This record gives sequence, structure tokens and C-alpha cells, in this order.
Amino acid sequence: MAPTLPTAHVNGQPQTLPLDPRRTLLDWLRHDLGLTGTKKGCDHGQCGACTVLVDGKRINSCLSLAALHDGDSIETIEGIGTPDALAPLQKAFVSHDGYQCGYCTPGQICSAKALMAELAQGWPSAVSADVAARPIPTAEELRERMSGNLCRCGAYSNIIAALKEVIGAEALA
Amino acid sequence: MKPFTLDHAANAAAALSAMGQGATAIAGGTNLVDLMKLQVATPERLVSIRRTGLDSIVPDGTGLRIGALVTNADCAADMRVRQDWPLLAQAILAGASPQLRNRATTGGNLCQRTRCGYFYDTTQACNKRAPGSGCAARDGFNRIHAVLGTSDACIATYPGDMAVALLALDAVVLTEGPFGPRQIPLAMFHREPGDDPTRDNVLQPGELITAVRLPAPTGGTQVYRKVRDRASYAFALVSVAADVTMEEGRIARCALAFGSLGTVPWRDSAVEAALVVEKPSPALFDQAAEILLRQARGFGANDFKIPLAARALAATLAQATKG
Ligand SMILES: Cc1cc2nc3c(=O)[nH]c(=O)nc-3n(C[C@H](O)[C@H](O)[C@H](O)COP(=O)(O)OP(=O)(O)OC[C@H]3O[C@@H](n4cnc5c(N)ncnc54)[C@H](O)[C@@H]3O)c2cc1C
Ligand code: SF4
Ligand code: FES
Ligand code: FES
Repeated sequence: MAPTLPTAHVNGQPQTLPLDPRRTLLDWLRHDLGLTGTKKGCDHGQCGACTVLVDGKRINSCLSLAALHDGDSIETIEGIGTPDALAPLQKAFVSHDGYQCGYCTPGQICSAKALMAELAQGWPSAVSADVAARPIPTAEELRERMSGNLCRCGAYSNIIAALKEVIGAEALA
Repeated sequence: MKPFTLDHAANAAAALSAMGQGATAIAGGTNLVDLMKLQVATPERLVSIRRTGLDSIVPDGTGLRIGALVTNADCAADMRVRQDWPLLAQAILAGASPQLRNRATTGGNLCQRTRCGYFYDTTQACNKRAPGSGCAARDGFNRIHAVLGTSDACIATYPGDMAVALLALDAVVLTEGPFGPRQIPLAMFHREPGDDPTRDNVLQPGELITAVRLPAPTGGTQVYRKVRDRASYAFALVSVAADVTMEEGRIARCALAFGSLGTVPWRDSAVEAALVVEKPSPALFDQAAEILLRQARGFGANDFKIPLAARALAATLAQATKG
């Protein structure tokens, strides 16, 4: 039997991890798998454009070696929705003009998806008055929780509006 | 990045064996990969310690033991930490971004390197990166640099937040290494630069952090205050961690630690001694700041940190002694 090669699932599909340990998760997704939705802004963990979900958690793919993701499930913007079937967050970004050039948007949306899961799990943030209490998704909380994603075009207020809509809809559902 | 080999350790013993043969540990990689891209770090061998099983938080007597591979996010989300050591949760949440905290680990955070710009730029003189080459920061851009604990060789800060809270909480770093296990009080973990700025901490080659131990909760009022250039996702210019217990309007007990002020997370027992048994007042806070900063020395662009630290201390104490 051939030895099993290190594999990660990307948007549900098994993919063999790269042999060169220098390959970052970001470069592997973009260059080897052709998933160019994930963007490279700074390549140093300083902008959030490269945000993807690993086992549901948001990380900066530029600072992670692909070879360390054996067995992980990775979700990129391509897995969140498609032009024909937009996810609720994507729809809300469109209807609220949550972008201008769009370069930071895939990272913003991946980040927002994880943010909603973190809120559901009751994770506190730096602006929570009491870290032991269940957080309330105020605009201030959402801004702090999205602060790992920079937007060079400054679409911040519309991004928060988009998020509020989706989180509000979830709360009513 | 320079070429390197990568091994995956399935447990601490395997990690120690690889490290004993010269491998560098990689945990979250959020600092190491960055330094490798810039060729500030050029390890030939890496060993991933992500799957060594050192990733749980367990009770330790009346305290808590946080595994070295517990992510910063998981540590700050842990209800025991949030209720009994809120200072630690606050400090972690004040650092980096949600994405980085999901990857960054307890051990890696303690070992993160300075953010001095010259350290990151291999074309510049830097005694920490290239011993004997000089220190470009002394007469250069040194706005973020230290005003306490500096030496002729280096004036860089330890930039992190988590360790500042751990210092105020009297945490202990647990390690395993070629010479057996060690328990290193956080206060003795980081090293002032002296004439060897290459070593940021007292870890020996091949030594692995396995956990951090928190002693019993103090029940005090805990405040982490971080002053920075923007409201989030920025390193501290100055930070203050305070754990204060009041009794009948007087300060009965207090622990204070400072970040990005010194070359190491800074704690000064004389400051705490000046506050204990006293009634809180602006004059008392000024007196404490004077003691804290009696030996502070700026290098030009960072002179502002001295009055800033005094004000940050006063504001933090005002909040923590409110009762
Ligand atoms: C843009 C940006 C902003 C940031 N802002 C902040 C901030 O505001 N506040 C803050 O505190 N931090 C901040 N950070 C730093 C971040 O917290 C650290 O990069 C992170 O904590 C390092 O943890 P890691 O597990 O990724 O370490 P790694 O990068 O994996 O390792 C770092 C070092 O620690 C060593 N190491 C790791 N684990 C062990 C172990 N168990 N035993 C022995 N050695 C070990 C490694 O060999 C390496 O030398 C920021 C980082 C970035 C990129
Ligand atoms: S302050 Fe320290 S880290 Fe910065 S250039 Fe000088 S020696 Fe290097
Ligand atoms: S490209 Fe990864 S954070 Fe900027
Ligand atoms: S939309 Fe242009 S960077 Fe955010």
C-alpha cells in the first residue's frame, strides 16, 4: 500500500499538501490550487486579506506553513458562496456597498463568518466591559472583532452595516 | 525563506529529541514564519510542536495550568480564566487580531521577538540579530523602544501583552529540556539585554516550554490598560497590568506590571510597596510613578514614554482602586 500523502480538505475536496515546507497556506491556495479569491495584501500578518477558515477558525494564511495543515478542513471565499449562489454575508456586502475595490472583501467575509461563530460561542473581546459575560454584538464590539481586517478603501462603516444586518437576521431566525 | 526540513512531533518527547539535535520549535508560526520570510531567522531544521498534546487547560491545585500549545484565543475564551484571572484574558484580547490569536500559542507568545524595525531589516546594524554590528536604533527611529532596562548594546522592548499580565499574576513557566524539568517564575523568564541581546529569555538550547502555571486567584480588581497608536491591532506603546485588592478604602495588596516600557515585562516591588496600606489619591499615584521611572532614560523619539507611563499608571490605578 502506498503511504498516504499529507492531505487537507479545501472547500470539501481532498488536496495533497505541498512537498516544499516553505509553501505558505496562502501561496498554496493561490498558486497551486488556483483559488485566487484569497488575497495577499502584506504577507506579514498585518492586514487580514489572506484570512481563511481552518476547522471553522479564522487565521492569516500568509503566516501559516501549508505543510502544517495535514488533516485540516480549510474553507476559502470560494467555499462560502458563488456568484450564482451568494451566501447571506456576501449578499449583505453587496447591498450595503461593503467594499470599493474589493481586494480586502474575501478576507472580510471569511473573518465575518468566523466572528459570528465566536459570538455564538460567547467569546469576549477587548471592548467587552466584563470578559466573563456573554458578549452583546454592539457596533463597537463588531468593529473591534473586525479589526484584524484592514480596508485600504475605508469601507468600514458599510462593512459593519452589512454585518449588523446578517447578525440581526440570525438573532430573529 | 531559506530551505529547511520540517518534522512533526507527536508528543513532547519527540519534540525534545528533535530540539536536542538542533531543530527549532514552530508552534503557531505567526512570529517565526514572518522572521523566516525576512531571513532574520534562518533555521535549517524545524519541528512542529502543534500536535504534541500540550494544548489543554487543567486545574493545578488552586491554580490553573495552561498548556504551551493552547492558543491565545482558546485561553482568553476559557471561562475559568475569564472569571478568576480576567487580567490574562484582557491582556490577550488586547493583543494582535482574532486571526492571529487563533494561531498564536502560549509558549510562542512568551518567546515572540522584539518589533524593533532594525532587527527586522537585515541591511541594518543590530546587535540582537548580528552580534557586534552595533545598534541602529540608539540614534535612529526609536519611538517604540524601551526606557527601562536598556544597555549600550540594545534598547529594544519585549513587545507582548500576555506576559505582562502573567507577570502581575505571579505565573510560572514550566519547561522540559536536556537538563530535566524547570519551573521558571515569569519574573525571571525574560532577560535584559546587557552585553548579550541575542538571548531574549533564559531558555537553554533544546528547552521546550510545556505549560504556564497560574497560582490561586487573588480575587482582586484586575485591569489591563494598553496605550497604542490606534485602538486595535497594534502593539503597545505602554501597557499597565494591575491587580489590586482594597480594604476599608486603602490598598491592601497590589501587583503592577508594565509592557513595552522596559526591555522585558517590567515589575518593580518598590512601586507596589509605596502603594500598599495607602489611600488612593492622585498624589499617591504620582509618587508611585516617580519611583517606577526614577531610572528611566529616553533616547529621543521615545522620551514621551516616560510621562505617558506615569499617566497610564495613574489612570489604571484610579480605575482599579475605585472599588
Ligand atoms: C501583525 C501582528 C500584530 C501583533 N500584535 C501583537 C500584540 O499587539 N500583542 C502581542 O502580545 N503580540 C502581538 N503579535 C505577536 C503574536 O502574539 C505572536 O506572534 C504569537 O504570540 C507567537 O506565537 P506562535 O505560537 O505563533 O509562535 P511561533 O511563531 O511559532 O514561535 C515564536 C518563537 O517561540 C518559539 N517557541 C514557540 N513555542 C515554544 C515552546 N513551547 N517552547 C519553546 N519555544 C517555543 C519558537 O521557536 C519561536 O522562536 C502580533 C503579531 C503580528 C504578526
Ligand atoms: S534596539 Fe536592539 S533590536 Fe533594535 S537595532 Fe538595537 S540591538 Fe537591534
Ligand atoms: S496577507 Fe496575510 S495578513 Fe496581510
Ligand atoms: S474595498 Fe478596497 S481595500 Fe477594502
